[in-house]
Amino acid sequence: MTTTVRTSALLGISDLTVRFELPDATVDAVTGVSLAVAPGELLAVVGESGCGKSVLAHALLGLLPANATVTGRAVLHGGEAPVDLLGAGEKILARTVRGRRIGLVPQSPATALTPVRTGRHLLAETLRVHGRARGDAEAVAADAGLAPADLDLYPHELSGGMAQRLATALALAPDPPLLLADEPTSGLDRLLVDATLDLLRQRCDNGATVILITHDLAAAQRVADTVAVMYASRIVEHRPAAGFFAGPRHPYAHALLEALPDRAFAPIPGHPPMLTELPAGCAFAPRCPRAADECGSRPGLAPDGPGRVACHRPIGSHP
Amino acid sequence: MITADGITVAYGRHRVLDGVSLSVARGETVGLRGPSGAGKSTLLRVLALLHRPVAGTVSIDGTAITGIRYAVPPAVRTRIGVLFQSPRAAADPRLSLADLIAEPLRVARLPRATVTGRVAELADVVGLTADLLIRRPHAVSDGQLQRACLARAFAHTPDYLLCDEATTMLDAATQALIAAVITDYQQRHNAGVLIVTHDPALMTRWADRCLDLGDLAAVDP
Repeated sequence: MTTTVRTSALLGISDLTVRFELPDATVDAVTGVSLAVAPGELLAVVGESGCGKSVLAHALLGLLPANATVTGRAVLHGGEAPVDLLGAGEKILARTVRGRRIGLVPQSPATALTPVRTGRHLLAETLRVHGRARGDAEAVAADAGLAPADLDLYPHELSGGMAQRLATALALAPDPPLLLADEPTSGLDRLLVDATLDLLRQRCDNGATVILITHDLAAAQRVADTVAVMYASRIVEHRPAAGFFAGPRHPYAHALLEALPDRAFAPIPGHPPMLTELPAGCAFAPRCPRAADECGSRPGLAPDGPGRVACHRPIGSHP
Repeated sequence: MITADGITVAYGRHRVLDGVSLSVARGETVGLRGPSGAGKSTLLRVLALLHRPVAGTVSIDGTAITGIRYAVPPAVRTRIGVLFQSPRAAADPRLSLADLIAEPLRVARLPRATVTGRVAELADVVGLTADLLIRRPHAVSDGQLQRACLARAFAHTPDYLLCDEATTMLDAATQALIAAVITDYQQRHNAGVLIVTHDPALMTRWADRCLDLGDLAAVDP
């Protein structure tokens, strides 16, 4: 399964696959993911916990543990020489990619911040490493919604929301063309969620690219240009956000949206499959109300209008 | 009816709650909201009898919890079930899900056969299959672990269930499932449910009435 990657893309991922070797099993964490993200695009990757979203992000940054096997290509363009993130060595990733060309807004900021340094110290360090004046710290912090006085606090003195804004400021400081935001809003109240999302949106409007990894569909709906739905390690649907939220085509995507409290608030019956024992056919078929005999063979991710869908019987095609 | 009356809690010099009162009756679902740091979780811990307030009383069906040692008799404690935000933090990583659910039953010194049967019943209520029950927390998803924590909260069939942002870190499908299981339990046992959330859509959909923590404090005592 390969998809031609447009040369205008900032990041072109083709056939990205990640496997974890365990003593008694192999985890199919990410399988055959192909995506292109354009400059200025905000792509939301959504799905249930454990579907492979975060592993995808960590694979792009070369942050996976040693028992991971990564195959495929992920070429990062944007100003400097293109680099294949999956083929590049640790030295290249550490010196030229992480922080500089790809910023990571981590999932739990409280654990990502050095506890014995103030926000100002952390930010000044980041700015110095990236060749910017330490005096920019307050400006960068203000962009992320932090007051100058907040910078003199230690991480344990920050609320969850302030820690999140500091972590976001640290990721934004080097002004990377690509931002990976891994559940940047979990645990924040709605006002802070919206503020964080709007900040990411603003980066996109200024030309940066953001990949937002989230289980929060309301968050994706607020800011995303495009949405990719992952289920059991694969992308099952990928399309422009407006069309997706108006009428998803994959039955899983539809069920996920219908679970929202402002829609049907209906759970999806059954459990997602274990990534160590994925079925040969469509992984969603056992839970799918539209499943038929043909679903015993796995559908590929095929073009579908302005997007792509991996389903033999997408919604709207077999009334 | 579980009632908090004039609850005041301070951490050091910082007064988190100042004369807050609320009550939850059997059969109703009360939503509690407020900005980050407003003291929602603290109030829930006070109601769960896990934290003794500086001032104010918690009473259950008219019986106030008092005393110098703030000792809560097991018969009272088991009438309240609690579901926390992070199942990872609330579950002992060394226990299988079955042992996790069994723990409150073992603490109550129920016979082994009774415990086994009850764990199977509880697992069924929350939709955990036998192959999941033998796993430990690291080998299951957040949603599956939260289901186990919910089964554990149901162990002694509590009359009141307190949920502190219990679905915030879960995806929409798992959130809807946890809510459906709780609503079903509530209807079968006429339980009183308190949910803390800052998701307005979830609040509107789930709670019978909604309280703002800011409105609950006594006005100028």
